[in-house]
Amino acid sequence: MLEVRDLRAGYGGTEVLRGVSLDVNAGEVVAVLGSNGVGKTTLNKVLSGVVPATSGTIRFNGAALEHAAAPEIVTAGLIHVPEGRKIFPNLSVRENLELGAYCRPRRGRAAKVDQVYEIFPKLKQRARQYAGTLSGGEQQMLAIGRGLMGEPKLLILDEPSLGLSPLMVEEMFALIARLAASGLAIMLVEQNVVQSLELAGRAYIMENGFITLSGQASELKSNAELKRAYLGL
Amino acid sequence: MYSPQIVVEALLNGLMLGAIYALIALGLTLIYGVLHIVNFAHGALLTVAMFMVWLVCARYGLDPYLAILVVAPLMFALGYGLQRFIIGPASHGKDNGILLVTLGLSIIIENALLAAFQSDTRTITTDYSFRVVELGPLLLSFPRVVGFGVTIATTILLWLVLHQTDIGKAIRAVAKEKLGASLVGISVPHVYAMTFAIGCACLAVAAGLLMPSFYVSPKTGAAFVLVAFTIVVLGGMGSIPGALIGGLLIGVVEAASSLFLGDSLGQIGIFLIFIVTLLVRPTGLFGARA
Repeated sequence: MLEVRDLRAGYGGTEVLRGVSLDVNAGEVVAVLGSNGVGKTTLNKVLSGVVPATSGTIRFNGAALEHAAAPEIVTAGLIHVPEGRKIFPNLSVRENLELGAYCRPRRGRAAKVDQVYEIFPKLKQRARQYAGTLSGGEQQMLAIGRGLMGEPKLLILDEPSLGLSPLMVEEMFALIARLAASGLAIMLVEQNVVQSLELAGRAYIMENGFITLSGQASELKSNAELKRAYLGL
Repeated sequence: MYSPQIVVEALLNGLMLGAIYALIALGLTLIYGVLHIVNFAHGALLTVAMFMVWLVCARYGLDPYLAILVVAPLMFALGYGLQRFIIGPASHGKDNGILLVTLGLSIIIENALLAAFQSDTRTITTDYSFRVVELGPLLLSFPRVVGFGVTIATTILLWLVLHQTDIGKAIRAVAKEKLGASLVGISVPHVYAMTFAIGCACLAVAAGLLMPSFYVSPKTGAAFVLVAFTIVVLGGMGSIPGALIGGLLIGVVEAASSLFLGDSLGQIGIFLIFIVTLLVRPTGLFGARA
């Protein structure tokens, strides 16, 4: 579904992605793991057309997207829920959701909002409230709900557990598992290695702008090097 | 001392002139709120709109109020094109770049108008230019009554566009969260250009309302925009209700200071308010904290 080959990108003279290749197949959950500052968020920004790629290719369901602008990528169904949520604080919860479907026809929008409310009943209670007044966990739900409004074929979740209480983190991973069970392909970009490997089928480990390790999540869990580097075992 | 009737009349006329100030400030504050830049070309663009109204009226004999229907779409298109193809690309995404480009544009526009129309002042005389409306014992200037009504209607229309349409919601979204907006597929350059276009269309409405009772020369817009800047600061940078209330308030203040201090000192009250606002409440009446 998503094929990334030798992707390079950076800011000014600094190269952040130094040749990243990865795949996500339909219906699978793929984790991209790595500590802070290895280029995970830049990778997501390049995939969603916000930061330009300097070289390499991105194919999504057969279409070349490495030079595409953000609206084209969203329309293709590759939707990125960013780190830090980036919801619209000055708009109501409902308006945030409606804008999630900005690239989709108006017809059926209300029904989709209702579907999101079913997944996140909290959001329904807060529908008319300004999104900026929500708690961190609620804002994360809203960010994911807004992503779902865009009818994703592949959902990129960047650090969905960041800054949430431990209880909320559990809830968030349970929710991602539910979304995955419904058949949605998910690329989960996380620092939370243990829980992400529980959830994902496959995983990539990123370091300094490279993919250094990849494989089945179950195998990576027992990889000695990974244990030493990330789990301190 | 003046009789109460004269004072009330003057203040009401000031209130209604303030409405047109508000309309000019509305475009300025909208552009500031979304693009986060002060548009230095706003005054020159107001002059352009006034010349357009003047041309349409003088050459085709159209009524200045009806001319709004012709000039507003033209100014909308001009504003869209300027932002999308000149200001945006020329500023390379840097705020001070945008500032300089709009300043440069205003110089180019003013001088182009000077070359085309010389520095003569031009007016349109309509049979209602000096008509008054009787409100009980009060006499109000007809063009100002119309200006007041049309401004209120325009503000309501703008509010509806911003809150009820997809592009309006996209404009509000981009104002606070550019990255989030891009990620739902909103084209930020398009939204910037639409915002600029709406600001320019507001200028066209203001131009149509001003022309029956005012003159135009290549420098006219600058005087109005100075007042509009004050209104934007008073109301709160980026706030639409702030621009409306601030405009009305400034109109009343100007009327009061011309009445009591004399016509030539009319604007002194405006700038006093400007200084006091900056000292006491720099975020303005409706401004959010930075």
